[in-house]
Amino acid sequence: MSGLFKSSIGKKLIMSVTGLCLVLFLLFHMSMNLVAIFSGEAYNKVCEFLGTNWYALAGTAVLAVGFLLHIVYAFILTIQNRRARGNVRYAYSVRPKMVEWASQNMLILGIIVLVGLGLHFSHFWYKMMFAELVGAEHQFGPTDGAAWLQFYFSQPVIVVLYLVWFVAIWFHLTHGFWSAIQTIGWNNLVWMSRIQKISTIFATIICLGFAAVVITFFVKSLCCCAA
Amino acid sequence: MKVTLKVWRQANAKAKGEFVTYKDVETTPDTSFLETLDILNESLVERGEEPITFDHDCREGICGMCSLYINGHPHGPATKATTCQLYMRRFKDGETITVEPWRSAGFPVIKDLMVDRSAYDKIQQAGGYVSFNCGGAPDANALPISKEKADLAMDAATCIGCGACAAACKNGSAMLFVSAKISQFALLPQGRPEAARRARAMVAKMDELGFGNCTNTRACEAECPKGISITNIARMNREFLKAKFKD
Amino acid sequence: MSTIDSKIPEGPVAEKWTNYKAHQRLVNPANKRKLDIIVVGTGLAGASAASTLAEMGFNVYNFCIQDSPRRAHSIAAQGGINAAKNYQNDGDSVYRLFYDTVKGGDYRAREANVHRLAEVSNNIIDQCVAQGVPFAREYGGLLANRSFGGAQVSRTFYAKGQTGQQLLLGAYSSLNRQINAGKVKSFNRYEMHDVVIVDGRARGIIAKNLVTGKFERFSANAVVIATGGYGNTYFLSTNAMGCNCSAAIAAYRKGAYFANPSYVQIHPTCIPVHGDKQSKLTLMSESLRNDGRIWVPKNIEDAKKLQKGEIKGSDIPEENRDYYLERRYPAFGNLVPRDVASRAAKERCDKGFGVNNTGLAVFLDFSDAIKRLGIDVVRQRYGNLFDMYEEITDVNPGQLAREINGEKYYNPMMIFPAVHYTMGGIWVDYELQTSIPGLFAIGECNFSDHGANRLGASALMQGLADGYFVLPYTIQNYLADQAIWPKIPTDNEEFAKVEKHCVEEQTRLMNIKGKRSVDSIHKELGHIMWEYVGMGRTAEGLKTALEKLKELRKEFETNLFIPGSQEGLNIELDKAIHLRDFIIMGELIATDALHRNESCGGHFRVEYQTEEGEAKRDDENFFYVGCWKYEGDDNTAPSLIKEPLEYEAIKVQTRNYKN
Repeated sequence: MSGLFKSSIGKKLIMSVTGLCLVLFLLFHMSMNLVAIFSGEAYNKVCEFLGTNWYALAGTAVLAVGFLLHIVYAFILTIQNRRARGNVRYAYSVRPKMVEWASQNMLILGIIVLVGLGLHFSHFWYKMMFAELVGAEHQFGPTDGAAWLQFYFSQPVIVVLYLVWFVAIWFHLTHGFWSAIQTIGWNNLVWMSRIQKISTIFATIICLGFAAVVITFFVKSLCCCAA
Repeated sequence: MKVTLKVWRQANAKAKGEFVTYKDVETTPDTSFLETLDILNESLVERGEEPITFDHDCREGICGMCSLYINGHPHGPATKATTCQLYMRRFKDGETITVEPWRSAGFPVIKDLMVDRSAYDKIQQAGGYVSFNCGGAPDANALPISKEKADLAMDAATCIGCGACAAACKNGSAMLFVSAKISQFALLPQGRPEAARRARAMVAKMDELGFGNCTNTRACEAECPKGISITNIARMNREFLKAKFKD
Repeated sequence: MSTIDSKIPEGPVAEKWTNYKAHQRLVNPANKRKLDIIVVGTGLAGASAASTLAEMGFNVYNFCIQDSPRRAHSIAAQGGINAAKNYQNDGDSVYRLFYDTVKGGDYRAREANVHRLAEVSNNIIDQCVAQGVPFAREYGGLLANRSFGGAQVSRTFYAKGQTGQQLLLGAYSSLNRQINAGKVKSFNRYEMHDVVIVDGRARGIIAKNLVTGKFERFSANAVVIATGGYGNTYFLSTNAMGCNCSAAIAAYRKGAYFANPSYVQIHPTCIPVHGDKQSKLTLMSESLRNDGRIWVPKNIEDAKKLQKGEIKGSDIPEENRDYYLERRYPAFGNLVPRDVASRAAKERCDKGFGVNNTGLAVFLDFSDAIKRLGIDVVRQRYGNLFDMYEEITDVNPGQLAREINGEKYYNPMMIFPAVHYTMGGIWVDYELQTSIPGLFAIGECNFSDHGANRLGASALMQGLADGYFVLPYTIQNYLADQAIWPKIPTDNEEFAKVEKHCVEEQTRLMNIKGKRSVDSIHKELGHIMWEYVGMGRTAEGLKTALEKLKELRKEFETNLFIPGSQEGLNIELDKAIHLRDFIIMGELIATDALHRNESCGGHFRVEYQTEEGEAKRDDENFFYVGCWKYEGDDNTAPSLIKEPLEYEAIKVQTRNYKN
């Protein structure tokens, strides 16, 4: 494998594999969140279970590394690509019809996703996992995830921010998912359109799943207020 | 019909270029775009000015010599056609048409609209062949090849090496071009024995020459005058990764 | 008047090549490394020769005027390549291919060369398949064939409508391998301006770097020119814009004989000229004639209406159509050789049956084929050509136009003949060596194999035969004793002299500072050539042409204007050099055509035809290759040297495609 990761395709492979890991994580995270719709207690149990298992922690560490690699290589590749583009740009350029907008704006979308993640961490990870680690005190206990959900998603601004974030993730995934598969080389003329469709469906399921939780809690808060 | 041509003029590789606008160039809908440039050039020469330099040769859409970024598209707005096959009926009377050279670090401008595409030759030289000396070939029918494979190989082999893929790509990536050649040989039994070596060598050369990385936007495929599919890039990646995992 | 030695080996025609190879001198591997060969041109002939010579161990310097060797105009050949494989079991053989080619060439080709060509044709297919050329295949995995004009067997191998491209890319890939190995040095955007002759032998060239505008000197032990034909003399032709005859004319000026320049092939299926601003004619593959039927209206009234644009081709019912090729040549029908098909179209148009506004077009109709095969099959075969035609003319031949009495009529294509290929070229002997020792010419650039007319799918065959299988052998016979001679340094005075001459020529042209652009004079040249030296030539017309060409040369020498400078890239200056040589070429074609008082193949003299309007050869007086020798300057008429043709295997007879 000498020199693999110095090559363009090797670097793309890193993006692809780490991206697919993140996709898997999203699927897992989304499924876990769905539990909260049905039962806050069950949700807290899942959280607790994950928080106390070494392999879940190891998984998180691997994920974090993958995530970092994904971001770092995104920048490395983008810098290289900009250099390859040359110094003078076209004065007049049109995006061909079959080129999807998302595919040409993955970095921007990625940055939006990252910013959203920062928000997400400040809400949940900082108040839960981090608080548990350092023993910090907040209004809800670090193990009461459901309470945190209810707390944040009753605030309309946060709900809107999360929904925007999910839209960005949707765009990022519609391209990213099939693109990862193409980069690994699992594509051909027959599967091309199938993979792209699967990619769109998958992204939609993930994002709807996440959104469902947010909206459910928001609606619940409205009901409570009304009540 | 009359059109206005806004053309990039640049005296040589080092000079600073600029757009020059030529108003009211007289042409007809049946005239090809390059013939319209010929008409403009003829009038420039009559006025004692230097004509616009641009690459062109066969004018039948096959040699790959013509280039030009016309109104925001490599080879102009027509799909699956080279610039030389673009006819003026594609444009409106009185329209302003912007004509630029390929813009990519891999294709430096030589003069006006002419760019240096020798990088593509260098990539081919690195491994775009079957190592075989003339003289000792077995009978052509000794090696049956399924029609399906042969047709796929042919589809990849139709690449004319014009450079539109890299010119269209926001990453300045040449992967569609490189993958077409790698695919053609990877699909055919004649090319299999050195498939790994070829994939390694050609990708390495492509990287060395500073072409960008594919992000699967499919702009290359959309603008390719020969409709080369990006599934060839998937095949190239497969061949390359297979080869590299063995290293 | 002297005669010349064509060095045809002894023995029966079928054994000559075998005998030659058995007895020729070879160069040993150690000496090959010491020998340098210049190959000018990277088309099928040039690229295949350069790569094969390098594979053998010679050091090769390869030049092309385009930005890459892959652009050479061989790439535009659409139809296919012939070989006597007999894969279709339809009775093909080396002899039959040989016979068809000699007959197709109207018995003006050199028998021994053509037989060799037919012999190696099979090796070419093997070679190309081994290189990875994706020829069309049957479902069983074996190679597919199709039929082509001038033959009664299916012997044409093809790769969609892009055979030339695929064969050239094959040769280009071999070339790339040798460039990578360091055995070939490739010089792109370089143009050869002159040959350097030292002690009577070709020992190098002066080439111009088209980007810097500077001349450079290259020394070698032999020079091979593979620079294609001179069709662009006619301004409008199917040749690429860059195709020119300057390298060939440079060789001619240095003393290489120019053979049979009057044999110019007019291709029957091109898109008709649309206006005077046109720079290029587009060829529609001859393969269209496999399924398309060529016709004009039976009634002159219909033709007149078509010319006025009052009706369309599809408005004319079946019974009022004259399928003149099928009528005149029942045995071959629409598949008669190119010269016959072209002249027949001209004959109809001259009689007023032309079908477009200029009266210079005939119909090529697919209604019958669509009825027989269905639109899908027809589109599968010719779809890309239909699309190309539509892009250019705005008419799609696969589109249903109307129904008359239940008959479906589809839009027909319009076609008209255009200059396409030149059979004439630099004279070479059996070894492909010109009359200058050490200077070789291959491919379309030489005159050797097609006689007075070339059959479809034979140009690719000849280019590759010369490059892969003939020249790499025969050049060794010349080089065998050359390794002992010291290399000639490029500061040798002869190199300096020739380079100085090249610079002076450019300066001279730049300093004319007249009023006319290169293209305007070239267009005028084209008009003269097409009018008087085109498909139907007369003694009187040719004399007029020669006078007009003289005037045109004077106009060129005194009234040319080239903008810009000699520094750097100057496309007008490069075109001017080409035009200078096209004018000389035009004079050569006209001179040869005037002297050849007969009609044969691509040379049709109106005075010499049968009552039915067929070409009438004069084997008694013109059974020879007409070679023209340069007499020191452009103003002196060249002198004629004859190479008599000797046929032993084939009986010379009148060409008959009727039954």
